[in-house]
Amino acid sequence: MSALVDLAAWIALVSGSVFCVIGAVGLLRMPEFWSRTHAAGVTDTMGAGLILLGLMFKAGLGLVLVKLLMILFFLYLTSPTAGHALFRAAHAYGIPFGDSVLARSKVKGGVDGSD
Amino acid sequence: MPQMNMFEVAMVGILVTMLIALIAAVRGPTVFDRLLAINMFGTKTVLLIAVSGFLTGRPEWLDLALVYALVNFIGTIAVLKFVRFGNLGRDDEESKL
Repeated sequence: MSALVDLAAWIALVSGSVFCVIGAVGLLRMPEFWSRTHAAGVTDTMGAGLILLGLMFKAGLGLVLVKLLMILFFLYLTSPTAGHALFRAAHAYGIPFGDSVLARSKVKGGVDGSD
Repeated sequence: MPQMNMFEVAMVGILVTMLIALIAAVRGPTVFDRLLAINMFGTKTVLLIAVSGFLTGRPEWLDLALVYALVNFIGTIAVLKFVRFGNLGRDDEESKL
């Protein structure tokens, strides 16, 4: 049973780290602002959620678990709120939708033009 | 090959993420790109504190992580308001948010 919990914690922590790094690379490599927000959202939900889940597996029942749940609750409450305020301010400021997004909605056969 | 602790693996992932977020914050063309990266950096700080508490065997550090989660939110909103209005609120004008 303990080995099973360890395995679950390993899987959650490693996949959470992988999601974090993937989101960070997306933040660096995505072509324009609105697609970068998507990449940042990946790290806030899957990355943080899975890493905290892995810590919960190792914490066991007790006060530490309650604190982890509170951190998860506040992160999931504040992160979308801050994101919404940020995106609304960016939209009101007039950050344009990039050419790549507009072209993608017009291209008939797909992004790579294979059709 | 030395056996790595699971917390060390998670910490390496979080540190790499924070480094890339800092690069994105320095590079981002607009102020909103920088804010996005810094917001993500703050979230990763929360995770870093939580994981480091488990790594050193002192999970009491989770209180600090909880405080950081709230401070990060307030900081993002404050910088946003400053960017939008040029000040953090005056007496002579009502808040439009």
